[in-house]
Formats: sequence, structure tokens, C-alpha cells
Amino acid sequence: MSDLIDIKVTVNGTLYERSVEPRMLLSDFIRFELGLGGTHVGCEHGVCGTCTILFDGKPQRSCITFAVQADGHTIETVESLGTPDKMSVLQQAFQEKHGAQCGFCTPGILMTMTAFLKDNPHPTEEEIREGIDGNLCRCTGYQNIIEAVKLAADNMASKS
Amino acid sequence: MEKKYLGQRVKRNEDPRILTGRGKYMADITYHNMLHAAFLRSDYPHAKLNSVDVSAALEIPGVIAVYTAADLGDYWHPGPVLVPAPHSIPGITANSRTQIPIVKDMIHHQGEVIAMVVAENRYIAEDALASIMVDSDPLDAVENVEAALLPGSPLVHEELGTNIATYVRQERGNFAECKTKADFVIHQKFIMDRGSAGAMENRGFCANWDEDAQQLTIHCNTQSPSGLRNSMAAWFGIPEQRVRVVVPLVGGGFGPKVMTNQPEEVLCTFASIKLQRPVKWLEDRAENFIGTTAERVQVHDCEIAFNKDGKVLGVRDSFLYDTGAFNPYTATIPLNTQTHTTGMYDIPVFLTEFTSVFTNKMICSPVRGAGRTYGVFVMERMLDMVARKLKMDPTKVRELNLVPADAKFPLETGIIAQDFAQFVLDSGNYPAVLKKAKEMIGYDDFKQNQQPKFRAEGRKVGIGVVLFTENTGVGPYEGTKITVGNSGKVFASSIYGTQGQGHFTVFAQIVADQIGCKVEDVIIETGDTDKFAWGTGTFASRGATVLGNAYHHTATMVRAKILATASRLFNVPESELELGDGMVKVADMPEKFIKLGDLATKANPMRGTIKPGTEPGLEATGFYAPPYGATAYGAAAAIMEIDPLSFNIKFHKFIFVDDCGTVINPMILDGQLHGGIQMGVGNAYFEKLVYDENAQLLNGSLMDYLIPRATDMPTKIEIGHLNTPSPLNPLGIKGVGESGTIPIPPLYCQAIEDAFDLPELLITDVPLSPSIVYSLVEAAKVK
Repeated sequence: MSDLIDIKVTVNGTLYERSVEPRMLLSDFIRFELGLGGTHVGCEHGVCGTCTILFDGKPQRSCITFAVQADGHTIETVESLGTPDKMSVLQQAFQEKHGAQCGFCTPGILMTMTAFLKDNPHPTEEEIREGIDGNLCRCTGYQNIIEAVKLAADNMASKS
Repeated sequence: MEKKYLGQRVKRNEDPRILTGRGKYMADITYHNMLHAAFLRSDYPHAKLNSVDVSAALEIPGVIAVYTAADLGDYWHPGPVLVPAPHSIPGITANSRTQIPIVKDMIHHQGEVIAMVVAENRYIAEDALASIMVDSDPLDAVENVEAALLPGSPLVHEELGTNIATYVRQERGNFAECKTKADFVIHQKFIMDRGSAGAMENRGFCANWDEDAQQLTIHCNTQSPSGLRNSMAAWFGIPEQRVRVVVPLVGGGFGPKVMTNQPEEVLCTFASIKLQRPVKWLEDRAENFIGTTAERVQVHDCEIAFNKDGKVLGVRDSFLYDTGAFNPYTATIPLNTQTHTTGMYDIPVFLTEFTSVFTNKMICSPVRGAGRTYGVFVMERMLDMVARKLKMDPTKVRELNLVPADAKFPLETGIIAQDFAQFVLDSGNYPAVLKKAKEMIGYDDFKQNQQPKFRAEGRKVGIGVVLFTENTGVGPYEGTKITVGNSGKVFASSIYGTQGQGHFTVFAQIVADQIGCKVEDVIIETGDTDKFAWGTGTFASRGATVLGNAYHHTATMVRAKILATASRLFNVPESELELGDGMVKVADMPEKFIKLGDLATKANPMRGTIKPGTEPGLEATGFYAPPYGATAYGAAAAIMEIDPLSFNIKFHKFIFVDDCGTVINPMILDGQLHGGIQMGVGNAYFEKLVYDENAQLLNGSLMDYLIPRATDMPTKIEIGHLNTPSPLNPLGIKGVGESGTIPIPPLYCQAIEDAFDLPELLITDVPLSPSIVYSLVEAAKVK
């Protein structure tokens, strides 16, 4: 459709060099060019937060970011957090507290909360609630998500 | 019955792959030669389609095909009726108009498919939509269900001569007579609107027709894999055995994904057959608002006849139901409304009648709560009105009218339910649930001690306590196949759809109890029609009840085979065998045991003999079919404060009491309630699909259709349980999936009225919003 643009993006510690259409969404780039399916897309207009990734360490909606905007930047997706055999402290807390049901919004919430806990390792429940207010979840009513984040914070604190 | 895991807070088997982003959803399904579909949808809700010019779209590089109705040939026809009318009820009117795959000449609702583009990728497919020229003449649209029945209204289906789709009248006793005997009769109109299911994952569908194998493989996030298989087989003339439906993980269902024969399903399959390539469609959120079914408005005209002691003698509820442009699901929603209105109350006389009305809107289909919400809403509101009239406490009025604890269950209600069987209350202790709710919320203390203080300070803090029933676990049936494998892992398959309810764990708990293995060694396979061919689908909160009992039943059959095989092997009676820890042991003889995997190998030898007349392997197939639905029930109670400036609501306390019989996994149960309550909060205070007078949707995005966020929810939902096992099934389970949603709108109404304590403040319509409540309060002050 149009000229391709060369970009270099570091995703989960690996440098990728790709040629992409200028209009390609970062979410599609991550999912279909790089094959990292953990980043889900729920609304494609930046509201639901499902597609949230870390962009230079900060949570960002990948569905309203173009892949070319990521040129020279560093991205982390849910695949960077842990594996089924070795989940991160946050992921383990989500299992312990039943913080995910269908799991579709979960990667975005995990990425948002990963950054949140870095900024605020000892959050109050109210701060956590405010912290995930930009992410929609239709299954859980959020209560168990908030409890999971609190548990993760406590577990991280006791380990450090 | 073995019960090691049943009732335990077992962590979910599915979580490690879901939490690490390894779970595969529809967007992850791919073939190397896959094409992508996009749909041109009508902007007009009602119009005559003159022509569609696709020539410019076909010129775009990467576009493979563009289809309109003319291309479908004999494949163009209206879809089947998905749920029939309740013909066992005498005197019904049933006008059926079912969905068409693509517009031929008339446009019936905004979002209806006019053309389909198939392209090398989705970007190109969506580009091409903009190049399609549509010539159509807009017509006056039918938007309002009341106006739709007035003479001179435009008609959605001209040839019917009416906008009436269905009329059903059911009566217990004689309301006209009952009215004359009552001390008081209150007559009130109520309007309840409901909205989008709002699953975080939109719909998706991928069809792959293999011409050489004459095999159709479908991936879809459907709630009804079997229904989808059967319908596509019928539509395209393929044997069911050559249609495989595979459902990956699903990002939430909540109702609309149970609909089959959807336009996109028919068209993607058609395109795959035509083009001999896999064709995939992923819905976007804008499409989801106009192209996916939702639930919608009911307008109720109600009367309640009661005596001055607070005893209700009878209720009449005559309501209109907006079924949208087509009614393939016929009357499931309004039948649920009818069955749930008097619910757990002992009300001798009940007249309920509904008129289902065609409008130029998207089809109305069940969304979590599925009609029950409306019945509970009007009943709970009427009881509050009775309380106000008699200056009685609202909980007292409820207490007076409940079916008593010593009632002789099962109690027949005389009202036909969504499964066309009579709605029967199978078991329960309703006064106990009210009592528990009042205790948990601290009702008397709040009323006597706290509220006077808040009122003295001018703060608007109110309390609400409402009750509900949920008829769950309806038929027809579900089935499973369970196999103990050579590895010792147990493979347990059904055709059931799963959308996050924890099925990979709760069913594994049930199976593990019978087989004597670990929960994590039971692999639950769902939604692959090649793994198990029989079943119906995920709806009516029926998974735990119907499929759970099917798993239990089948697992007992496998257990019997394990015992018989081991008995022959060890030459000891079955009574001396014990199952546990993934092995069969001979009691009191520690050296005599065999691992289940090894036993499975022996039960299916590759040489030699097996006992004539027996079956090889440790495998069984079994079914469970309920006589009628098991009815759960409960209460919701809250103390809420309305901010005087923003009219946002802050919860001081929020409790929920539920009786769903036997609990499989309390952690997952509470999660189901939390999510249900969230949707109820949306129904009460946030979510509304707003249509203009031309039936044009005005808020089709998540920017302005408000799904509750974390800060909109109660900070802590406290849950209490009663456990009255259902006598209808061996495990004693009643469903719970929709319970949380059902009672929340009337809860808000009662508590808000209580907070403002204005004699003229009566809330009759939901959803509310901060601005609506502000207006109601201001109007009530003036009166």
C-alpha cells in the first residue's frame, strides 16, 4: 500500500529489525510480525487497556501507537514476565487470588501493574484501585485483581 | 461419594498459560494462506437497498473478492429459529423473522451486513470497504416499543402487517378477581434497559474448507460449538462429521456468543468454500456495538394487590420487550422475566403477559441475567412501594411474603420457563437468606443508630436489601468422555464452550474425586467437536450443574472400570480396592498397587486377550439431563453514600448472599459473583445503549458506553453462602453465573431512595446515572 519504513525495536530484550508500513499498529506489529500473541487487543481505540505494553518502561496502549513510533525504543510485553513453569511474583499472586478469569484483559493489567509496583512498591489498596482504573476487566469485578497486586507487593517486600 | 476436592479452594489449572500470555485466543489462530474478511455494514437502521457497486473495491491490490447478496445464490436464505416459541402455552402469538446473512433488498438495522471484502490482510480489507458504493433510500425507523404498536407506525417487516413478534400470557389464579379483594392496589409503570455484553474479546471466526478432504474446520469463540457445527453443516450441506469446530480460549462470553448462524459465520464459510482458502474475521469494538446482539429495553405496566398487613395477594405484569429486527431466540428473555418476577415470594395470584416487539435495532439476545433481571427489578420495586404505602420496613414486607422455610418443596409455580418446563422451586430456605443478608449488612444497627446521625449531618447515606432467584442448569443435556491414559493423565472432554469460568479446574476437581488422581492430572478439553460430539452449549448458568453432573456421572463409570480391571488383575474383590494418589491399592497390602497409567495399559493390551464381553481401556462416555432447571437464590445488600456534588456513589458496605447448593470451588464461585455484580453495577448506574429516534446508536464505543471501572465498584464485596443442595442432581449443584448481576439495579434504587428520604422520590426506570439521579432528586424536592 505504501513505502515500507525500516525500524529497530528492542522487544523483551531482543533487537528486531523490520520493514513495516507506516500505518501498522504497534499491537499488530507485536502480535503478527513478532509472533508475540500475549498482547491482546480489546477495543482498538485506546480505552480498555488490554493491549498495554511497557514502552521504555512506561505503560502504553499499543493499539493507538504505530510500530514506526517504536523505532529505537524498548518494549516489554507479558511474555517478558514469566513462563508457565516460572511465573513472576505478580503472576503467581494472580493465580493465588484468582485475579484472572477469561484472561483476555490480564496481560494489559499485568503490564500496567508491573510498572505501578516499580513506582510504588508499597501501595495501599486505594492506590492499587486507582492504578488499574485505566484497565477494563469484564469478568472479575476487580476485587481479586486488587488483592493479587497487594499480595504481590507484600511478597516482593518480604523477599527484598 | 468421594469428596477430596469437591468444595476445596483449588488454584486454577488454566492460570499458568493464561497469566503468561501463552493462551491462544481467536486472534492467535492462523494459517499460512489465510485471508481476512471485513464487512460493510449499514449506516441506516431502516432503508431500501437499491444497489451496491463493488467495482472500485475489486481494483485495490490485495483484495481477493467482494461479495454481496447476489453472489450467495442458494446459500442466501434466512437462518433457522434458534429457540422455538413456547407452544405448550395456549393462545400465544408467534411471528418469527430470522436473521439473514447479508442484505438483499431491505435494511433492517444499523450494522446489518451489506457487503463482504476478502483480502490478503485486514488493513487492505478495511480500505476496500470505503470504496464500495451503496445506493439506498432511508425509511422511517421503528425505535420505541410503545410507539411501534400505535396505528400508523412504520413496520420492520411490512408483510407481517404488525410489529408484534410474540405474545404470551400466563396466569396463576385470577388477578381480576384478586384485585377486588385487596385493601390496596398500586399501579405503576417501570422501564428497564440493558446493554452490551461487553466481553473484552470481540467475536471472531475462521473457516477453512479443505476441498480434497471435503472437510470444514472452523475456529470460533462461540459459546455453542455443537450448535455452530450443526448449523454450518446444515447451511452448506456437509455431514456434521465433516465439520469440526474448535474453540480456543475465549475472552468472555456473557451471552451473545451463543448465537449461531450469524452473518459473519455464514459469509466466512461461504468465502472459504468459494476461494479454497482459510478466511478469518476478527470483529472490532465498533462492529461489536452494532453488529453483535445485545439485551435491551422492557417496558412494564404493573399492578400489585395487597392487604394492609403487608401480605401481597397478587401481581399483574404486562410488558413490552424490544426484540430488535429479528427474533431467532424468540422468547427466552421474556420467559425468564415471567418466571423470575414472583420468584421466591409466596404470591398466590400472578398474571404475566408480554408482547415482544420488532424494532429497527440489532437483535436482542440473552446477556448475563438474561431476562431474570427485569422480573426481579419490577417485583423488588413494587415491594418497596408496598412498604412505603404501609409505612413498613421494606425488609419486613419481604419477610411477610416469602415462601416459608418449612414449605413443601418442590414448589410448582404454574409458569412455563425458558426450557418449556414449568418453573419449579426445587429447594431453598428463603427467610434464612434474608436474615443472613440483614445480619451481614448490619441492617438494624444502620437504621437505628447510624442513619439518624448521617441524616443529622445532611449526608445522603442509604441502605438497600433485595432478593432474587436464578433458575439455572436447564436442559436439554450435556455429555462427556473420560479416558485414563497410559501416562496416568486423565483426559476429560466435552463439547461445552468455556469463557473464563474456571472449567479447566472445577470439572477436573469433580473427575479427580472419582478417579483418585490429582486435579492437575485431569486435562479438561472443551469445545472441540472432534473430541466429543454431543452437547448443547454455555448458557443459563448451566455448566456446573449440567456438565458438572455429566462429568461426575461419567467419572463414576470410569471408576467402575478401574475397579473391575484392578480386581481381575489382583484377584481380589472390588471392595478391597482403594483409589487415590493416581493409583489403585489393595487395602492393607502396601506391596499390592498399580499406577493408573499402568492399569490403563493393561486394560488396553496390544497383544493377548481381554475378557470377552468387556470393553478395552479405562474409558467411558456419559450424559446428564435435568428434569428442569435448579433454582439458586440470594440477596444483595448495600450501604451507599451519594456524593452531593458529583452524585457518584461510594459504598460503605456491600454484601451478597447466595445459595447455589453444593459448592465445587469457593474461590471460583466468589469470582463468578464478583463479575456478575460488576455487570449489575453497570446495569444500574453506567451502561446504556443510547439510540436516537431513528434507531441510530449514539454511543458505540467504550469511550461513551461505560463499563464499570475499578473505582466504580464497591471497595469490598463480602459474600455469604447458604448451601441447600438441589435434589435434582447427584452433586446437588445449582448454577451461579448470572446471580451476581440480577439484583443490583433494584438494590441501587432502594438504597438511593433511602438515602434521600424524599416522599416524592420514586425510581422506576434504570439504568440510572449521576445526572439522572440528580434530576430525579431535584424534581422530588419541588413536588
